[in-house]
Amino acid sequence: MYRYDEFDHQIVGERVAQFRRQVARRLNGEMNEDQFKPLRLMNGLYLQLHAYMLRVNVPYGCLSSKQLRKLAHIARRYDKGFGHFTTRQNIQYNWIKLEETPDILAELAEVEVTAIQSSGNCVRNITADQYAGRARDEIEDPRVWAEILRQYSILNPEFSYLPRKFKFALTGSPHDRAAVAVHDIGLRMHHNTAGEPGFEVLVGGGQGRTPVIAKTIREWIEPEHVVSYVEAILRIYNMYGRRDNIYKARIKILVNALGIDKFRELVDAEWEQIRDGLLKVAPEELQRIDAYFRPPEYEQLEDLDDELGRLREQDAAFGAWLTSNIIEHKVRGYAIVNLSLKAPGKIPGDISADKMDRVADLADQYSMGELRVSHRQNLVFVDVRQADLHALWRELDALELATPNIGFVSDVIACPGLDYCALADARSIPIAQDISRHFNDAKQLQEIGNLTINISGCVNACGHHHVGNIGILGANKRGKEFFQLTLGGSSDENASLGDRVGPGLPQAEVPAAIERMVDTYLDLRKPDERFLDTYRRIGMEPFKEVVYGPDGPKKRHP
Amino acid sequence: MSQMIIANRLVDGLVVFMTAAGSWAESIADGVLIPDEAPDGDESERLLEVGKDGERDCLVIDACLIEVEERNGVRTPTSYREEIRARGPSIQAEVN
Repeated sequence: MYRYDEFDHQIVGERVAQFRRQVARRLNGEMNEDQFKPLRLMNGLYLQLHAYMLRVNVPYGCLSSKQLRKLAHIARRYDKGFGHFTTRQNIQYNWIKLEETPDILAELAEVEVTAIQSSGNCVRNITADQYAGRARDEIEDPRVWAEILRQYSILNPEFSYLPRKFKFALTGSPHDRAAVAVHDIGLRMHHNTAGEPGFEVLVGGGQGRTPVIAKTIREWIEPEHVVSYVEAILRIYNMYGRRDNIYKARIKILVNALGIDKFRELVDAEWEQIRDGLLKVAPEELQRIDAYFRPPEYEQLEDLDDELGRLREQDAAFGAWLTSNIIEHKVRGYAIVNLSLKAPGKIPGDISADKMDRVADLADQYSMGELRVSHRQNLVFVDVRQADLHALWRELDALELATPNIGFVSDVIACPGLDYCALADARSIPIAQDISRHFNDAKQLQEIGNLTINISGCVNACGHHHVGNIGILGANKRGKEFFQLTLGGSSDENASLGDRVGPGLPQAEVPAAIERMVDTYLDLRKPDERFLDTYRRIGMEPFKEVVYGPDGPKKRHP
Repeated sequence: MSQMIIANRLVDGLVVFMTAAGSWAESIADGVLIPDEAPDGDESERLLEVGKDGERDCLVIDACLIEVEERNGVRTPTSYREEIRARGPSIQAEVN
């Protein structure tokens, strides 16, 4: 993991001291709310429905056990004893006091964690594949480049007042687990025809009220040029992006307005002027950052397929967990372990301070003290010896963190929704709870297989509903909560936006409608077809019919 | 429809309601109710101004009027957004 040097410590320390003075001036009336709001947002502090919310960055989803213990301490000391992991791999606290925020930021700085640029019209937390550096299908560890981009973009004055927020995501694997196609800039590592690794650069993806799948602006770029190329994109956006209308200010709108070819022309012209300048990443700088991400010292071990197979036979619950929650590690004898934060009836992404502490202990004991946050709101241990899997499973099971549902129908993404969020139109969490209570049998989950359900409480789409295989969007219709369903969304390497099924349903009808759609899939699927594959093959009609009945939506909802 | 003044308290962001004395209370039951047919029709405007004074005095943020009604003997905002705001999240006990 990256560790701060003296300059990092100084910069973050100064920032905390500055915010402490700003809070004092706000509390004593030297600043009004209009003056203060942009300053608090730049430090991650929102005012939500019930209290202030603090969003804390987890850069590219990477945490040490020490940092997690500090996050637990913050939850316990300054909040109500829990935190919420988000679709941007961050953690949010829902019950923060303004007057205590400078102390919280100072405590976070002790473990090299900040809330800088977790809000505002700037480059937000840079996200990446949660298995980065460990996945067997990976070309190279994208965290090296995520960290270089983080250092480049953090407190960069040229990009502190962009037209709107700006989100990066990176993947080093051909299988995209980081949803790069729905980010302002997505970087996807692959080999060029000469077999050299580099990045495909995607631009202008996003969700919100205008969902767009990103377009490829450059098929392949040498990694050393990625920062200068990104700078060229940001400069063009900064110059031509709209500032007159918040709903038209994201880069996706600019790319669509100009067309990708014209946009590329402008970027390339800008890039020509800077490509071999200061932003070209020098080999020694690359080496310096790369050193932080070198793999740990692994033991020489063999894969334990036979032994795990025996345990799988003996213990069905352990077997189900192996099937769904374990990912192949690039080093033999090791495994990547997903900790599900989606136990039946629980709030997706929420975890108590006590469990955070236990997870930190388990990370020390079983995963070399490191863990990850996934954009699907789960936690990951990346370096577990296969020989330890059974013991770890017992520990996680006791903590209700071993639900065997990663990537399955009950592994629901949900934004905080109207239970917390000031922007929301409807509640997301109760729907997610209904779904995870309803689909809670391990055998049934495996039978259904890979199926993502994503729920957002408003069109801002923090719950990624556009790219859920089944998307659920909450809306306020004449003072009542209604939920609109979409089908066919996906955020992987074949990303697609969901298609609207029809008019919204009241909350009580949503779980049954989902069950009927799942049944339809089970009836009509071909061997080895996932829900998404079946939907893409047979289309909307069979699903629509079971949602609204044979007479269609109008008869049912006059 | 009866009305109340709702706001968030500056220091901790918690939801508060203006009382008859012009102070701020965390419980909706302690807030001052502006009756539907107040004898002086400008009462809501006058109290909203007191709320704005609260903003200027750095006590609260975003003071505004909401409509409330009695439901089963409990004072409840008519909009479900404000109802959740007044009561708190509907899901608190379910943390992992």
